[in-house]
Amino acid sequence: MNFKTFLAMLARDAQVARRNLVALLLQTFLQPLMFVFIFGRVMVGSGFMPGAYKSLLLPGIMALSMVGTGIWAVAMPLISEFQFTREIEDRLLAPMEIGWLAVEKVVFGTIQALAAGLMVIPCAWLLLRPGVELNVHAPLQFAAVAVLVALFSAVGGLALGCSIEQTHIGLMFSLVVAPMIFFGCTYYPWSALQNFPLMQKLVLVNPLVYASEGLRGTLVPQFPHLPMLAAIGGLVFFDLLLFTFGLRQFHKKAVS
Amino acid sequence: MLASIRTQELRKVYSSAPPLAAGAGGFVHSSPRGKGKVPKPQVVALDGISLNVTPGEIFCLLGPNGAGKSTTAGILTTRVRPTSGQAWIGELDVWKNQVAVKRLIGVVAQRPNLDFSLTAREILLFHGAYFGIDSHQRAKRAATLLDRFKLTDRADQMVRGFSGGMMQRLSIARAMMHDPRVLFLDEPSSGLDPQTRLLLWEIVREYNRGGKTILLTTHNMEEADALCHRLAIIDHGRVIALGTPRELKASVPGGYLLRLRFGHSSENVLARLKALSGVTEVRATDGNGADVYADRGGSLVPEVANVALAASVELCDVHISEPSLENLFLHHTGRSLRE
Repeated sequence: MNFKTFLAMLARDAQVARRNLVALLLQTFLQPLMFVFIFGRVMVGSGFMPGAYKSLLLPGIMALSMVGTGIWAVAMPLISEFQFTREIEDRLLAPMEIGWLAVEKVVFGTIQALAAGLMVIPCAWLLLRPGVELNVHAPLQFAAVAVLVALFSAVGGLALGCSIEQTHIGLMFSLVVAPMIFFGCTYYPWSALQNFPLMQKLVLVNPLVYASEGLRGTLVPQFPHLPMLAAIGGLVFFDLLLFTFGLRQFHKKAVS
Repeated sequence: MLASIRTQELRKVYSSAPPLAAGAGGFVHSSPRGKGKVPKPQVVALDGISLNVTPGEIFCLLGPNGAGKSTTAGILTTRVRPTSGQAWIGELDVWKNQVAVKRLIGVVAQRPNLDFSLTAREILLFHGAYFGIDSHQRAKRAATLLDRFKLTDRADQMVRGFSGGMMQRLSIARAMMHDPRVLFLDEPSSGLDPQTRLLLWEIVREYNRGGKTILLTTHNMEEADALCHRLAIIDHGRVIALGTPRELKASVPGGYLLRLRFGHSSENVLARLKALSGVTEVRATDGNGADVYADRGGSLVPEVANVALAASVELCDVHISEPSLENLFLHHTGRSLRE
């Protein structure tokens, strides 16, 4: 691997992100913060939701924000650069094995997703206070889960970005991203599905379940959540699976 | 150091439509239908291309769209995997030493593929950074190239608003940024105005004088004739003629081509035309026409008219071509490069 080339590509992505910072921030935070405001502030404040819902909601919103950011940051450029603008060709011709370009995309997407996730906490806390009770007893475990969630979003973006045709971007959101979010235990804990046993089992194929439940287990462990071993194991499994698949798709796109 | 380009029996068969990077082309072999299952169409883009481009040469692949030029360039630049055969840049096997090969080559793609998220200068600077050039050196080199390609006044603007010609100039500047030993230019002058085309030719010649090998694909005969030391004419994935422009033009029987069209077809006319002095070959063409290869052009017309008159056939149209690569292509394929 050519480290200088790898770093130069990271620098290129950073430059592009810097240039689009305002749009990037709006895209990352507007939706989660509106959600936090309506569900955490309006619904709780008007008495339709119990006060504890604020704390339960925050990890889900964090997972949502991370996954949205990572998928968007990796998938969208890949879709347009491979199929429309062909901007990626210059980097494919750089003196580095092309697989490392996919890794670079994943690294950059992971950093962006981590930044998005970590910035949601203070923003949401400000919007929701008082009443949010975060109990981070195991900071290392929290860090590990956050990195695994960010990585999942970036490798998910790689897999989608190299598999979806440009004309199917709308379908990607309505058939993949939207169901993943609604059945991803972001707005409710997995245990809340106990009255729907079949659905409770089926949603386990959704990697976002492990992301939401993992963050819930490390940020607000006072609420019911999946065992941490299961959450971390699920995240590691999906990270590896999506990375392997994404890398294969990337090679298929890069070399005809 | 100088580097050669070699290919041996390159074959590329696409099982789906060739991607744009390979210059969507080739021709379809319809294989027999299996029971109830429709087989995927096989598109043969290259059918055994062997080339040997000597170091320091400007070599041209000339052929119509879909002939296999871009696929050949794609294989040599690590972007298209050959179905069989081998390719080398210098002593390096392209598919076994991809990273080392990428250090030796600069590529200008057929379609603009500039980084739209960056300014013109940033495009050159980041390209230099990918190749490990230190920051001082790459800033200097970028400034020199921007000046050479007359882009200095737009250097710090995003390239999205650039004209086609400016984008093409910047693409070439980018390909030269890491000073590659071998430069690939895929249809570099398509869509350029005549002035920019001349600037491009001048820059290519100048780069070549520095000892660089250049492989250029084009369907423009004038470009091949003016710029290349040697060229290969490609059609349907095969090399149909190879040599210097002068050698190739001299190889057309007679050199001149008279394309004739008559009121109706007549074997008698064809036989009489063959008998005229200076005529080397006569071929009947579609409709009521004939292609006459001869060692003279205009002076033959009165005799052709007499032949038609004697056979009571109306001579409707005469077109005279001087010795050219177009005539050579026509002679080998029966089709015009412009078709």
